Amino acid sequence: MTIFGVPTQALFGQLLIGLINGAFYAMLSLGLSVIFGLLNIINFAHGAQYMLGAFVAYFALSWAGLGYWPSLLIAPIVVGAFGMVIERTMLKRLYQLDHLYGLLLTFGVALVVQGVFRNEFGSSGLPYAAPPQLTGGYNLGFMFLPTYRGWVVVVSLVVCLGTWYVIERTKLGSYLRAATENPALVQAFGINVPRMITLTYGFGVALAGLAGVLAAPIYQVNPLMGADLIIVVFAVVVIGGLGSIMGSIITGFGLGVIEGFTKVFYPEASNTVIFVIMAVVLLVRPSGLFGRTA
Amino acid sequence: MTGPIDRIETVPSRNARRGGVGGEASSPPTSIGKAARISVPPHQLAAFAVMVVVLIVAPFLVYPVFLMKALCFALFACAFNLLIGYVGLLSFGHAAFLGSAGYASAYTAKVWGLPPELAIVFGTAVACALGVIIGALTIRSRGIYFANITLAFAQMIFFFSVQAKFTGGEDGIQAVPRGTMLGVFDLRQNYTIYFVVLAIFLLGFLVIYRTIHSPFGQVLKAIRENEPRATSLGFQPEHYKLIAFVISATLSGTAGATKAIVFQLASLTDVHWTMSGEVVLMTLLGGMGTVFGPVVGAFLMISLEHYLAQLGSWLTIVQGGIFIVCVLTFRRGVVGELGRLLRKPL
Amino acid sequence: MTVMRALVVAVALLAVALPAHAQISDGVIKIGVMNDQSGTYADLAGPGSVVAAKMAIEDFGAAKKNMKVEVLVADHQNKPDVGSSIARQWFDADHVDVIVDVPTSSVVLAVNQVAREKNKALIVSTGATSDLTGPQCSPNAIHWTYDTWSLANGTGSAVVKTGGDTWFFLTADYKFGHDLERDTEAVVVKNGGKVVGKVRHPFPTSDFSSFLLQAQASKAKVIGLANAGADTTNAIKQGAEFGIVKGGQQFAGLLVFLTDVHALGLEKAQGLLLTESFYWDLNDKTRAFSTRFAERHHQAKPTMAQAGVYSSVLHYLKAVEALKSDDGPKVIAKMKELPTDDPVFGKGMVRADGRKIHPMYLFEVKKPSESKGAWDYYKVRATIPAEQAFRPIDQGNCPLVKK
Repeated sequence: MTIFGVPTQALFGQLLIGLINGAFYAMLSLGLSVIFGLLNIINFAHGAQYMLGAFVAYFALSWAGLGYWPSLLIAPIVVGAFGMVIERTMLKRLYQLDHLYGLLLTFGVALVVQGVFRNEFGSSGLPYAAPPQLTGGYNLGFMFLPTYRGWVVVVSLVVCLGTWYVIERTKLGSYLRAATENPALVQAFGINVPRMITLTYGFGVALAGLAGVLAAPIYQVNPLMGADLIIVVFAVVVIGGLGSIMGSIITGFGLGVIEGFTKVFYPEASNTVIFVIMAVVLLVRPSGLFGRTA
Repeated sequence: MTGPIDRIETVPSRNARRGGVGGEASSPPTSIGKAARISVPPHQLAAFAVMVVVLIVAPFLVYPVFLMKALCFALFACAFNLLIGYVGLLSFGHAAFLGSAGYASAYTAKVWGLPPELAIVFGTAVACALGVIIGALTIRSRGIYFANITLAFAQMIFFFSVQAKFTGGEDGIQAVPRGTMLGVFDLRQNYTIYFVVLAIFLLGFLVIYRTIHSPFGQVLKAIRENEPRATSLGFQPEHYKLIAFVISATLSGTAGATKAIVFQLASLTDVHWTMSGEVVLMTLLGGMGTVFGPVVGAFLMISLEHYLAQLGSWLTIVQGGIFIVCVLTFRRGVVGELGRLLRKPL
Repeated sequence: MTVMRALVVAVALLAVALPAHAQISDGVIKIGVMNDQSGTYADLAGPGSVVAAKMAIEDFGAAKKNMKVEVLVADHQNKPDVGSSIARQWFDADHVDVIVDVPTSSVVLAVNQVAREKNKALIVSTGATSDLTGPQCSPNAIHWTYDTWSLANGTGSAVVKTGGDTWFFLTADYKFGHDLERDTEAVVVKNGGKVVGKVRHPFPTSDFSSFLLQAQASKAKVIGLANAGADTTNAIKQGAEFGIVKGGQQFAGLLVFLTDVHALGLEKAQGLLLTESFYWDLNDKTRAFSTRFAERHHQAKPTMAQAGVYSSVLHYLKAVEALKSDDGPKVIAKMKELPTDDPVFGKGMVRADGRKIHPMYLFEVKKPSESKGAWDYYKVRATIPAEQAFRPIDQGNCPLVKK
């Protein structure tokens, strides 16, 4: 049986691949969304921080012999700490300015980080192997699913839904949301708002770092791995609606699927379809699909 | 009063007291209702004279092709600055106009055999048309949404440039003839073409200057400072913003079309999104919202690129560093700071 | 703060005052090595090519012969506008006599135009486009090392002859990828093979899972990778993940360098078929050269691109010596006149259309168990003699070739 000339079996395979890619988009846009939604910071350095996560995993292996599993914890912490340093030293000064300055600053940070790593490591990419427990795969009939890729989807779903739950449904999350609406008032209640902001930025960046570790065994670990990805992730966040966490999760997975289908029917356009969608969505719903207006 | 740094349009800001991007139009305020005669402040006239003299003498001291590259980018930056400095909109897709005009100009010069002046005019017209279309679709957005939607359109144009046969893909359109301008000036001579490019740059520069220092420019300033009030006075902000956007796009196109003739090549680099980022950096470094800032910024960046070209990724690192330093401590840019030292807007 | 700002302004203004200025030079042979110093092609050419050029100058004995030779280096970042800018500057202002190396076909064509216009010389050792000896051939340029036609011919015909007769193409969606696919498809069909499918992926792409799935579904015996650099290595790496090779299909890399295999590791790259014109372990002479090179270049053995720079610079200097002049087209003509001989490619010659002729080799990447150590990656599957390795001179549409 075929749909538009493509056998359904093949289509299911592409659908699954699309979901897997969507998992990465979702995790990355989740971090961006948390940072923007709660802090009004446009973190253009997100792609570079994702790359840092992959590199930390690589260093952990080659310098300290620590494998994949410890890196899953170490990389987000290290990258998150780096993010907190940036926030404390630089971003803090921009809060009272237009938030496009934050975009330019983080853009600069991205250039510096990527440039330094490119100088050191070239851009051919360094190998990083998946842990032995996750190699191999399952033959699902319509395609061969590598175990590692399935693992990525699971981790991504858990992390995304967990974060959404914490922010939207718990007390801590409500403090965070209150603090961004009215920092002075919340501070008056005795909550250390600047520290919370720093930690939140660190958390968003740590999510990028985690995505980096997850990506390392699939793509080469290379200094430019986040460079072209960042504008796609931005598009996802904008389509989902800046500040809507569920919006970016859903859009991330959705985009993965749409891209997957595009790769079957018009593969050359698969890098551009997201931008077409973004233009259409912004024209019809200027605040994005789930965005808050005013 | 917040001084030279004003507010720009943003998505509903959480904190109403945010300062913004952009600078002040430099002529003294005149009431909008009068048919105002806005005179050119003497210090700006002096600066302009200095600029012209330096640019006339320069090709005899410095490799002219390098200077021409800087001039084309200076025009591009000035056009971009019109949008960010005076309307307050950050476009992240201006490369679309630079590159498309470049392709149009290169194609007509090479394949249709148009003389260079017509090729450049054609390229400019293409950029203008694109500006009208994209502007009409995007002008209602603001802040980060505007940046993103302009980026989206630029990416679509990039994709089109990659796919279309006539653009030559990653080879670009090569071997574009320089030709003879107006039947008289042989553009293959480096000095001749330099002065032609200088003339084009000065023309574009003056158009932008006139746009800013005019009743139209005053309305733009009013819109930037308080849009609801401008609306209540009877102006339609969307129209003014759109016109400014189209002017910005058109002159970016002139820069791109000229560049294609000078370098005899139109390539994907000029439609890639990183080119949009570069013009932001040039304008930021030179001074957003100042008249001469983008020119200085462009020359600085091109010189930097030239110097650091041998050192691989150091260029990217330095560019990133400049972004960071400028945003944190140097927001007014080189010319902005100079203007502040002299206490006169430049 | 004001001091800092003033300082920044001062430094900035100073920087404007120091851009390019003309340098006059006479009596010096200036060789410009233009390539990608820090991007995707930095490892296969990059700084290594500069090392190779310097080795050639030393081996030629320039010092003893009282010839002053200078090497300039520039990074074209794989962009034709940057490349043509640098070429203009080099030829106009810096009096460079010849530009060598030049990976990335789009840059090759742009620099070719400039070299013609300024009447200088260009010897391309790394760029692939066979148009350089075809419609774009010029009396100012020579194409060394390899080209898209010879790769397509080598890999295509040799693979079909060893049984890989059904092909699926994974093509990078840009002109270079299309050309490579077109040339290889022609060879495959000519040798009795069949192309059962093709897919074009955006350039560049980091995730090939979708396209590999289509390749798997096609059940073709050979998956031809009409791409280069990171695209090729990513495709192979992810192919390993999806069990392509284990499932019985084979990858044919249409443009693969030793450094790509090094980056992939034998575990993932084993069984890959590719064509190159040089490998460090071919014979005693290549081994000797490669050991000397490795000593000067972080113990990395030379790729065919870097070996090509060595060979082309050596031959260029010989021609200049014989002619006693470094006039562009005259030296190129002399290079075509003199037969070539060096430890890298052995004996060969340069044709009228600017094509350098030497044998090409079909290699297969060894299994990890077959390798004795780092850089021991290839085994020779077939040798294509020089006369058959390159496109016949009358089929190229080169205006320089009289019919």
